[in-house]
Amino acid sequence: MAEFKKLFALGAEFNSATEIYNAAEKVRDAGYTVWDCHSPFPIHGMDKAMGMKKSWLSAFVFVCGLTGFLTGLGLVTITSFGIYPTIVNGKPNDWEHGLRALQFFFPVMYELTILFSAFGAVFGMIIRNGLPRLHHPLFNWSRFGKVTDDKFFLVIESRDPQFSETKTKALLETLGGAHITPVYDRE
Amino acid sequence: MATASHNTSEDGVVVLHCPPELAKIPLVNHDRSLGWITENVASICEEKTRRYWWIGFFLFAPIALLVPTLLSYQVANGVGVWGENQPFGWAWDITNFVFWIGIGHAGTLISAILFLTRQKWRTSINRAAEAMTLFAVMCAGLYPGFHVGRFWKAWYLFPIPNWNGIWQNYRSPLLWDVFAVSTYFTVSVLFWYVGLIPDLATLRDRAKSKIKQFAYGVAALGWRGGNRHWQHYEMAYLILAGLSTPLVLSVHSIVSFDFATSVVPGWHTTIFPPYFVAGAIFGGFAMVLTLMLPARLFYPQLDDMITRNHVDKMAKIILLTGTIVGYAYLMELFVALVYSGNFYESNAFYNRATGWYAWHYYAMMFCNVISPQIFWSKKMRHNYIVVFIVCQFVNAGMWYERFVIIGTTLAQDFLPSSWGHYTPSWVEVFTFIGTFGMFITLFLLFMRFLPMITIFEVKAVKPEADPHFHPEGDHGHDSHATAKPKEAAAH
Repeated sequence: MAEFKKLFALGAEFNSATEIYNAAEKVRDAGYTVWDCHSPFPIHGMDKAMGMKKSWLSAFVFVCGLTGFLTGLGLVTITSFGIYPTIVNGKPNDWEHGLRALQFFFPVMYELTILFSAFGAVFGMIIRNGLPRLHHPLFNWSRFGKVTDDKFFLVIESRDPQFSETKTKALLETLGGAHITPVYDRE
Repeated sequence: MATASHNTSEDGVVVLHCPPELAKIPLVNHDRSLGWITENVASICEEKTRRYWWIGFFLFAPIALLVPTLLSYQVANGVGVWGENQPFGWAWDITNFVFWIGIGHAGTLISAILFLTRQKWRTSINRAAEAMTLFAVMCAGLYPGFHVGRFWKAWYLFPIPNWNGIWQNYRSPLLWDVFAVSTYFTVSVLFWYVGLIPDLATLRDRAKSKIKQFAYGVAALGWRGGNRHWQHYEMAYLILAGLSTPLVLSVHSIVSFDFATSVVPGWHTTIFPPYFVAGAIFGGFAMVLTLMLPARLFYPQLDDMITRNHVDKMAKIILLTGTIVGYAYLMELFVALVYSGNFYESNAFYNRATGWYAWHYYAMMFCNVISPQIFWSKKMRHNYIVVFIVCQFVNAGMWYERFVIIGTTLAQDFLPSSWGHYTPSWVEVFTFIGTFGMFITLFLLFMRFLPMITIFEVKAVKPEADPHFHPEGDHGHDSHATAKPKEAAAH
């Protein structure tokens, strides 16, 4: 029922990467903050056109990698020197001498560093992007399905402090967007 | 016009003329539109199953069933049903393990190393190559697990706290292998899945039936292609590529440590890690072409994305890595026979070339070193039949290489009294044939249900994907020239 619908955003459709790139620069300059450009593929330079900072995902991955390395170090040393010391080829098997002969354990630490970093990169990306999300108001917009094909969509959300149904619509019209549509949330 | 020249047109724009051989070859032929790419890749998994797919499936799926059947037989009767015995403890099983794991490496090379080196032609082959990696690693992983003899105790390989309080020996290269291969498989799955997310969203948006919408929708995680998502996505992809590169190099290095850290003549060499890695890439590219050339035949629309140029480049990589492998073979011989001065070492190589398994050695030399040399000729690189045949030689040659390394060394080591000959049993032979069935069946299923080509990446390497792209003939006075000062003002 219409009266229970809440306006989520205003969306406009563009036909090429160049068009949406130029439009994004103008939306950025107009001072909007809660908006996004949806495209079938990542557009080179779009971060700058939207005034976005570098992704901090790399820092998170570094922390995960460090955790992996320390896990590997702990795993090999605690088991080989602490709870189950084994003598292999006369190599040192106690804490005092063993820590000076860690070379043999390197592959395990190396692989765990990579494993933890990879998990960090993938799950960090998914969580940061607010995924998995099986419902999103944008999916109510029938034209939006083309975003994974060959259309480009600029969406300004109603949460944006600058948002006004009339002014934002006018801005999108001047930018050359087609099918400017208000997108509603389900309730 | 064979020479490069330039002249100035009347409005002051410098126009460059380049000779045809230097002209940029487009990555997508016929200047296909973005919609065309979506339609023609996605339709492969949307259309009604073609008859030859079923023929392929019913041909290879029964062969794949050999694997569970014969492995059950092995578990029921003991590892003795394989022909290996002392001193030949590592036989076809470890040969096949190294063979399959090596094949996987080309997929990671294409997806990670070529990504880091900005080789944009990788985009149309990386999905299939990564899938090939996963299936090859699955085939590889079977062997060490069942080789331990008591498969139900294979979990002792992993550091799981157990009632006996026993922990692994972390100084053993075999345990490094466990970590390397399991990490490799996990990271390859993650990398593959991350690459799939935007394409699963494409399939979700095109799906007609409720079941498909739901299945692809769940798998696509609600991907909407927003740039705020792409930003982190691209960073994650770059990091995964950066992680996979040292990973893939480490995996085959560690596999080679299984041999190199032993003291058996013929194995105890420092040349092994680079030699194994080059061989893995060599054999892997041959397998990529083995799968992609028939795929192009069955789906002619792929011709515009996997072009002659792609096949040409892969053939060149095969030539390069084949030559590196050839160099390694000769260097190995030189070190063993001339440089080392070690009697056992030189004897091991003498036996390789003249002993019981000499024909394997010459088959390896012919397949891996001589056959790819035909790729010096451009005409041969452009002849798909020749490329396909050479790839089959390479596939066989890489298997011979692993057998030569493992077999000749174990059969004849120090004391002639403890030498031993080996012949594979029928169980080993049919298990190996079964892994090929399993590999191809999995690949057929992949072709049927997932986009074989990375749709979004192919779109991204099209010229019009660049926001500063001008259609032909529209020089100067573009939007970006006016946008530039604003960009500067914003900072």
